[in-house]
Amino acid sequence: MNNSLSRRSLLKSGGALVVSFALAPRLAKGAAKKEAAATQKTVAPDQVDGFLAIDSKGKVTVFSGKVDLGTGIRTAMAQIAAEELSVPLSDVTVIQGDTALTPDQGVTFGSLSIQNGGMQIRQAAATARQALIAQAATKLSADKESLTVAQGRIVPKAGGKGVSYGQLIGGKQFDLKLDPKAPTKDPKDFTIVGKPIRRLDIPGKVTGTFEYMHDFRIAGMQHARVVHPAGIKAELQSVDDAGCREIPGYRGLVRKANFLAVVARDEWSAIKAARAIKTAWSDWAGLPDQASLWDAVRSTKVVSTEELQKAGDVAKAPPGAKTLKATYDFAIHTHGSIGPSCAVAEMKDGKLTVWSASQQTHLLRKQIATMLSLKPEDVRCVYLEGAGCYGRNGHEDAAADAALIAVETKKPVRVQWMRQDEHGWDPKGPPTLLDMQGSLDESGNIVTWDAVLFAPNKPKDVSVKLLTGELAELAHEDSHPGNVHQDLAIPYQIANIRTTVHWLSETPFRPSWIRTPGRLQNTFANESFIDELAAAASVDPFEYRLRYLKDPRGIELLERLRKLSNWTPRAKREAQDGDVAHGRGMSYIRYELVRTYVGVVAEVEVEKKSGKIRARKIYVAHDCGQIINPDGLRNQIEGNMVQTTSRTLLEEVKFDRSKVTSVDWASYPILRHPDVPEVVIDLVERPAEKPWGAGEPSAAVVPSAIANAVFDATGKRMRSVPFTPEKFLAAT
Amino acid sequence: MATLRLTVNGKTRNVRVDDANVPLLYVLRDDLGLRGPRFGCGLSQCGACTVHVNGESVRSCVYPSSSAVGKKVVTLEGLGTPAHPHPLQQAFIEEQAAQCGYCINGMIMEAAALLSHKKNPTDAEIKAALADNLCRCGTHLRIVRAVKRAAGAKT
Ligand code: FES
Ligand code: FES
Repeated sequence: MNNSLSRRSLLKSGGALVVSFALAPRLAKGAAKKEAAATQKTVAPDQVDGFLAIDSKGKVTVFSGKVDLGTGIRTAMAQIAAEELSVPLSDVTVIQGDTALTPDQGVTFGSLSIQNGGMQIRQAAATARQALIAQAATKLSADKESLTVAQGRIVPKAGGKGVSYGQLIGGKQFDLKLDPKAPTKDPKDFTIVGKPIRRLDIPGKVTGTFEYMHDFRIAGMQHARVVHPAGIKAELQSVDDAGCREIPGYRGLVRKANFLAVVARDEWSAIKAARAIKTAWSDWAGLPDQASLWDAVRSTKVVSTEELQKAGDVAKAPPGAKTLKATYDFAIHTHGSIGPSCAVAEMKDGKLTVWSASQQTHLLRKQIATMLSLKPEDVRCVYLEGAGCYGRNGHEDAAADAALIAVETKKPVRVQWMRQDEHGWDPKGPPTLLDMQGSLDESGNIVTWDAVLFAPNKPKDVSVKLLTGELAELAHEDSHPGNVHQDLAIPYQIANIRTTVHWLSETPFRPSWIRTPGRLQNTFANESFIDELAAAASVDPFEYRLRYLKDPRGIELLERLRKLSNWTPRAKREAQDGDVAHGRGMSYIRYELVRTYVGVVAEVEVEKKSGKIRARKIYVAHDCGQIINPDGLRNQIEGNMVQTTSRTLLEEVKFDRSKVTSVDWASYPILRHPDVPEVVIDLVERPAEKPWGAGEPSAAVVPSAIANAVFDATGKRMRSVPFTPEKFLAAT
Repeated sequence: MATLRLTVNGKTRNVRVDDANVPLLYVLRDDLGLRGPRFGCGLSQCGACTVHVNGESVRSCVYPSSSAVGKKVVTLEGLGTPAHPHPLQQAFIEEQAAQCGYCINGMIMEAAALLSHKKNPTDAEIKAALADNLCRCGTHLRIVRAVKRAAGAKT
């Protein structure tokens, strides 16, 4: 497609903002037209036009900076906009994560898409609706109050033809500041929000018509594979591509410092070239010995110590108080996307365009501009959905690889990471260590609670350095592990609390956020430890938590969970005969202490001889306030239960002194169909409340619920994730 | 250069390749422009690339294209379309059995192979048949429900 041509035809249409490309559902084909429109469209987050456009037929385009990572956000955003504007859902198209078209709504992480991103879009739609009603009132010479909106038409309540959105605004800009106070629809009148609308993307995904990042192609595109170093910080000493030159499709290599890639006409040639190339790397063996990883973490230099929560004085345990101590650790995890990262980049007339499944195209644009010394205005990043990433995986690195190769070769290029690249080189969820200490008075009440977290330090900016920049020795930033201190603070009212984080100067691998960063590890320790205290006090775990929980919504949630799971009190565990022991454990969180409430009960089965643990069933009570799409929410919760069971029971990145050695699915196993637990969910419906996030919170409670269930079954405490058979057999 | 005569989704096509042993996955995706079969590992470990060859499920990421000559290859696109979905595809839509959906090609193709010789599989049989198809999003529960629904044995 010819860009300048479509730009001309666009200008011929009068220069008004025309988002006709939005009607072309195929992003790739619409790309050129989009670029033309992009020269005119605002991405300002304080403008209605930043988020919304309505064409002459009344079709609505939503511009969302938050992207659908397989989470159903595209559909949810369409529901929110359709509801607020009173248009049929089928009239709404959502464009996501295009730096030229969508406002910067921040990284798609932290369970904030609906809570923040969706609410901005709701507010933009509410502002637009008010403006359209005012315009209609003028046009129809009627009172605003005498008008009503339905199906994209504003009509007199008394009857009459009225006027359509298309007639009022079709193709023109609103030129209107987003009004944060514009009245929004009363949830009582919702007909689209709160309904289990079927996801818009699923038919295409199950029939092979959906275009993933991995399917995107542009004319003249070459294929590249990156040849990653033999050690994390090994230096490239020599390269010999004689073997590659025997491959007909081989086109050459790109080398910059320790960055190396092979380029070919087609994918298979690129793969063969990456195998044929001979390289020599310096010896580098700077990783800690995995067998003593936790000593290494504990002895890492502490940059600073921060007190997160303080009440009373933890030194105040009365004489005769019973003191308990426990240390918990949580292994290094990889994101493990089923489709390894992939990106396409093109440099044309000094402008770089990068197509990526990045959860953060606006941030990626800045990072790539920095790396290549380009102006951010000259870089455009366009989101295309990839395989689920569950955080900051390798997508951004593959995008930076493609950008660098496109600039170096002056040709468009597609970079596809291989499985070993994704497992070996995506940034990792860092190793996390927690020391817990608590004391009980004679009646088993908690007198003191003292928690210490060891976590990698956070630089100022929330971003993860681009691997490409590091390898190629180009400008790059530090890596941020995500807000991993969250939820170290506890939701219970105890007289003497201290929770502290030691920020560490380093961590073995480039850290990044992976689903429920920090909250998962901290909740594992907190909710396991309170279970240990409850057992020491011989009190039922529900009752024990309820002693210290004063938040009525939290109490209601726990009561619903108790009922859902048909919980039988277990103040004391019963010894079980036989080879297989069964147990139940529970766990609770209020996410970040200010939003979503989740409680779960896990049922496990433990083979006492082999040490194999299976989670058989998980009951979930979930309150995230207003629910946009209950089926989408259930899908997320089920996913969290299954994925986190996998992480808890099986997952651990393996490494030698130089690099990751668990670079495939055999060495980094994940949960498979036969071992998937059944999941039973109770959604608390609160349509009148604010919607909070749901992508992460329910994951947080899984490891502790399983650990507590294993204790219930066997009397053994699992304090080290993953709960492997070896660890079970060694546990006391 | 070699020319491979391949029959894919009922159509016969000649494809010119440098290497007749190029895995079928790349021919299907890059030469024939199909999107159903997906690259997940290239190691026969995940199932994302599953297609049918003469009615049997194979991992196209390690299946040499030359071996497909003279056989019938069917991909996800060959089962059905959004307008006329295959019963399994329809069931996956009804159960909303996808998150990112990247694994779903393999799940449907493997399940279709199962259902072609086992009409009413139990949950355990479905799970066993899909045990080597990996899903990272944790969509397993819905996937099994969808296969049961398609088998007409929904519980
Ligand atoms: S891509 Fe073929 S089995 Fe994973
Ligand atoms: S739905 Fe994402 S990998 Fe299965």
